[in-house]
Amino acid sequence: MSEEKQEREPLFSPKNLKLVKGPINLDNPITVQVLGICSALAVTAKMKPAIVMTISVMVVLAASNVVISLLRNGIPPRIRIIVQLVVIASMVILVDQVLKAFVYDISKQLSVFVGLIITNCIIMGRLEAFAMSNKPWPAFLDGIGNSLGYGLILIIVAFFRELFGSGTLLGLQVVPPGFYNIGYENNGLMILPPMALITVGVIIWVQRYYTRELIEENK
Amino acid sequence: MYSNGYIFRYAAILVIIAAAVLSTANMVLKPFQERNMAIEKMGYILASADIKGVNTKNAIEKFNDYVVEEILVNSKGDVIDSYKEGKMEDGKAFKINMKEELYKKSKGQDFELPIYVINKDGETIYVLPLLGTGLWGPIWGNMALKDDLNTIVGVTFDHKGETPGLGAEIATKQFQDQFIGKKIFDDNGNFTSIKVVKGGVKTLPEAARIHGVDAISGGTITSQGVDAMLSNVLESYLPYLEKHRKK
Repeated sequence: MSEEKQEREPLFSPKNLKLVKGPINLDNPITVQVLGICSALAVTAKMKPAIVMTISVMVVLAASNVVISLLRNGIPPRIRIIVQLVVIASMVILVDQVLKAFVYDISKQLSVFVGLIITNCIIMGRLEAFAMSNKPWPAFLDGIGNSLGYGLILIIVAFFRELFGSGTLLGLQVVPPGFYNIGYENNGLMILPPMALITVGVIIWVQRYYTRELIEENK
Repeated sequence: MYSNGYIFRYAAILVIIAAAVLSTANMVLKPFQERNMAIEKMGYILASADIKGVNTKNAIEKFNDYVVEEILVNSKGDVIDSYKEGKMEDGKAFKINMKEELYKKSKGQDFELPIYVINKDGETIYVLPLLGTGLWGPIWGNMALKDDLNTIVGVTFDHKGETPGLGAEIATKQFQDQFIGKKIFDDNGNFTSIKVVKGGVKTLPEAARIHGVDAISGGTITSQGVDAMLSNVLESYLPYLEKHRKK
């Protein structure tokens, strides 16, 4: 991440757009950097919690990125990790309170995982690597980009797990009831975390097959 | 470099700002959260009486339709407050803190407990709220009794954080459906509570099976918690139940 000071850069310059697009594919936090796996396994049994989790992470990450970026010149380096944690923790508690007030059902389903956003390595990683050395606007875009990359994988995984595990999508029955009569069964294994890990593995495989840049040189 | 004084000042100011923001948010959002909890509580009370079609949107309306009276009973079984008019969610019984009342009971002091009287298509159902301890935290629920104050119409259980797949199974329909039709008094009128039996009710003598349900495999402590909650809370209601049963 470069740190040159430019005059009056347009808001959506190619360089800024790259901050959003990069993490979706080439620099994806889950499939490339392999961060945030724990929550990716935990909340992807159904699509609805996965989407709410994505939005929550997006709010937390974008907001903390901006706050840290605004504070970056005043933060004493010796306590910077503590400052980052205070900011993240406050944001997470805010999000948790808002969820409890307005989408109570989902907040019950997500239960501890909202609290665990605090420990999501993607967030600390972005604060430390990007927001500490960039202006607020790029930091905001970086936060949106990374949470989109995170959320994309979450939603793909949740799509397959809900489809094969429960026969529903977003709670609506999509596998026709007739299928069950002729012997089709929901795959109970899809509901369990191990299959989420395998699904993530398959996504990494597919992504690498189509994205040659990601393949390491064989020594 | 930054001096130690600067670091301390910086940390102090940051923490104070964070605390101020969070407590403001908490104060602003509290009414919404409490409303959600009340709606959830109403949903469970209605669900225990087997009233169908209740969701978060119509819970308050249905609660007011079905609940005809909220009673507070004291430790001697006397009715000390009966609330019939007005909105049911404003009743004293609905707002009472079960935890405090049961704590008073454990200290041997006087306590007050709520009963919800539901009129379901002409049938009178009494719903008793329950509260106890599981393995990791509190468990709670409701028990709906027929007007003989003996036969169970249905129960609901919920928990704060029992182990998923084991203790958390108390919140499932399979576990709760076992209670339907069970009795809390035996034929001689003695209080038996409902036993949650490890190994299954089939291990009990024939006559006692109507007073027991199967425990959850792998959820022993939670099952014991349910058992203890039932006997403790039902025992607190016992004076009231005894008085009104014999009529």
